[in-house]
Amino acid sequence: MTGRTRENYNRNYLEYVKTQDPPTKHFKNCLAAFGVGGFICCIGQFIRYMLGYAGLSGDELAGSTSVILIFIGCLLTGLGVYDRIGRYAGAGSIVPITGFANSVTSPAIEFKTEGWIYGMAAKMFTVAGAIIVFGVFSGVIVGLVYLFL
Amino acid sequence: MEAEILSIFLAYLKAFAVGGGICLIAQIIINYTDLTAGKILVYFMLAGVVLTSIGLYQPLVEFAGAGATVPISGFGYLLANGAMKGAEKGLFYAVTGALTAASAGVTAAVVFAFLMALIFKSRTKRN
Repeated sequence: MTGRTRENYNRNYLEYVKTQDPPTKHFKNCLAAFGVGGFICCIGQFIRYMLGYAGLSGDELAGSTSVILIFIGCLLTGLGVYDRIGRYAGAGSIVPITGFANSVTSPAIEFKTEGWIYGMAAKMFTVAGAIIVFGVFSGVIVGLVYLFL
Repeated sequence: MEAEILSIFLAYLKAFAVGGGICLIAQIIINYTDLTAGKILVYFMLAGVVLTSIGLYQPLVEFAGAGATVPISGFGYLLANGAMKGAEKGLFYAVTGALTAASAGVTAAVVFAFLMALIFKSRTKRN
């Protein structure tokens, strides 16, 4: 009984909060994400072409392209530019691999003040750690399923 | 020559459309739910793993090139692809294949982040 009334209070409150929220600019947000995300992928395509002309191919080409993009992401994060792009582009800057680089570099720089081991090195993996944990685990499952299939 | 220029232009257009499209889906999800950036990254990476393992992501990579490999779902593609290739060689490679394929990306992220932490100081965020 009390639980139900509390739920009602919560729902009323959440509805009230919604009426007070400024309207989010869904369309503008989405356009920015599409444009910036697409542009970063075009940079990736450009790097692929350049490395292709340099004679790389296959896994080496794909890996080197990611390494260069990750370097760009880390550098822009260090310079403080990436956060500014992120505020404008939202998911357009989070989802590309440069966003992964940003999620590693940003806490590494920020928590440097808490020491090199427990600060910089440990906090580096706040987001990337989750990606690596789920990535490795799901990758092992896929490998085993394909092995026994 | 002209045909070559056209095909290069088309490749950029496809990369833009597919890569932008993946980011657009993420932005729509962010707008209508309150998922944080970290969760979006994990879900999209897992989506890449699942789509690759059922054979749907490979055609997208062949179609869009960097448009499919640059978003974080391409990282999932890399992991799953490594695991699937490894599974052909035996148990050991089936288990290690995923992280082996992703080693370049993880190494780059760690090394460059370390270097940036050495060079740059944290700045106060201007909102």
